[in-house]
Amino acid sequence: MIRLEDLNVSLLNFNLRDIHLTIAENEFFALMGPTGAGKTVLLEAIAGLVPVKSGRIFFGEREVTGLPPERRGIGIVYQDHALFPHQTVLQNITYGLHFHKAQKAEAQDRQEHLIGLLQLSHLLHRLPTHLSGGEKQRVALARALMVAPEVLLLDEPLSALDPNFREEVRDALKELHKTSKATFLMVTHDFSDALFLAERAAVMNQGRLEQIGVTEEIFRRPASLFAAEFVGMKNIFPATFEDARAIVGDLEIELEGPVEESKRYVSIRPEDVPISRESVSTNGSIPLKAEIRRVVDHGFYLSIAVNTGGVTFQSVMPKSMLLDRDPKDWQEVYVHLRPSNLHTF
Amino acid sequence: MEKREPFFWLTISSSVVILAFIVLPLFDMVTAPSASMLRETLKDRDVLRSIWLSMYASGTAALISFVFGTPLAYLLARTHFRGKRLIESIIDLPIVIPHPVVGIAILSVAGKNHWIGQILGDLGIRIMGSVTGIITVLVFVGLPFYINTVKDGFESISPRLENVSRSLGASMAGTFFRITFPLAWRSIIIGLIMCTARAISEFGAVVIVAYHPMIAPVMIYERFEAYGLKYSQPVAVWLVLVCLFLFLVLRVLTLRKAKES
Repeated sequence: MIRLEDLNVSLLNFNLRDIHLTIAENEFFALMGPTGAGKTVLLEAIAGLVPVKSGRIFFGEREVTGLPPERRGIGIVYQDHALFPHQTVLQNITYGLHFHKAQKAEAQDRQEHLIGLLQLSHLLHRLPTHLSGGEKQRVALARALMVAPEVLLLDEPLSALDPNFREEVRDALKELHKTSKATFLMVTHDFSDALFLAERAAVMNQGRLEQIGVTEEIFRRPASLFAAEFVGMKNIFPATFEDARAIVGDLEIELEGPVEESKRYVSIRPEDVPISRESVSTNGSIPLKAEIRRVVDHGFYLSIAVNTGGVTFQSVMPKSMLLDRDPKDWQEVYVHLRPSNLHTF
Repeated sequence: MEKREPFFWLTISSSVVILAFIVLPLFDMVTAPSASMLRETLKDRDVLRSIWLSMYASGTAALISFVFGTPLAYLLARTHFRGKRLIESIIDLPIVIPHPVVGIAILSVAGKNHWIGQILGDLGIRIMGSVTGIITVLVFVGLPFYINTVKDGFESISPRLENVSRSLGASMAGTFFRITFPLAWRSIIIGLIMCTARAISEFGAVVIVAYHPMIAPVMIYERFEAYGLKYSQPVAVWLVLVCLFLFLVLRVLTLRKAKES
């Protein structure tokens, strides 16, 4: 478990302010945000590599705020792998054992388990320079978990990998999390990685945590304009609300129920804006007459801009759903907004 | 064939001029003394003693730079603080100060009228006209070359490697000796070579602090003054040859080790 209490970090040109966060035992938690949001600084503060100005850090019941990194019981995996270039894969993996002498028999079991799970047995006597990106990252994971850390810190572990290696390491991470007792904290700017791996997540912006919650929930129901834009909400409109309706310009959109007056935006994910030539009302969606403004072909899917009542919605449609018909030729279409997919904040 | 612009020929011709400018005088000097004269010089005990003293004093200066300069180089490579630029400029000072001024500066601190000089005197350490004095001067002029080279070496090692090592349980010292030093030792060797080379070539500062005992450059100067060009050349040739040999051996050793790892 990781508990951050009122954490403040002050660096030369960067500050983390009032960080409160509790991550449960053996949870996989993602810390998300754009470049420069302070994710890595927070990670390094938890690791003890960056001094803390005020506040406290707990691992379980143990306070680690003032401890040097080597006495915290952590593992770190960096984006650039940070393997020791002068040591073989095996030497890299067993590096931590020099300093954890007490648990030798146990370490042997763990070593075999990790080498097996991460498929490293054929690489053990090679030097890191001769490995592929995916192999390097697997070695880095084995090295970090070899000392059975209480907390595993992952700094953009997938960002530098080619797409095919990326999937392989991502699956490995998921598997490792299942078999390990450690609490996983991953920093990432990639929302899909977080969605795939993390149970809960936080969105960070300019040194503050904007939203903490179940990953899926942040994805569906971002709490702020920043979080909404970060998770790829395309259709975000300033709105006024009357009972169970949102008013955007001249357009009135039905909502599931009445919303509080403090809300200022209504939004819907582009994949929740299906378009068709016929007006169909299924699952309680309300068809709105619209005209197509722009169609961009992305290969497997099309992104379509449609205008209804003076409001332009972004829609993403898989090509298969359009049955190879070209929406550019359509004169009149309908967009279907399901009240349950509309999100206000 | 592609037609070259005149600019291309300008770059080529100036390169040739520069290379000739460096190689010709050296080649001429090395080939000027006859073999018998070189052999004769080698029998001269004063010459041997001065070349040995040059080697010994420069090597010791490099060693002292290694002991005291390495931690400083590491500190400068790893930390950022206000005034770091100032410290870096101070370290570079010995490069820009005229050499005789270096000698005079050191003597003025080591003199009887200065408290440091008095402490040294009480301890029985003499700077003026002693090997200690020569080594002191050589450390002064050689340090910047060592520190700058090694600092660059440390900077090229990702701090993340050290972070990972710390996270795995190694202390700061453990991390330095297991990770940083093994990765930096090539630049440390190059730093030592740079420092020694700079120290061996020093004349102006040494001649002020200690004319005697004579290091090789001082002896070459003396022979030139007293007997002329012809008599100074063989000593110069031997000094150059010994230096080249030592540096070659070091370079070959480090290159081979680097290939193995």
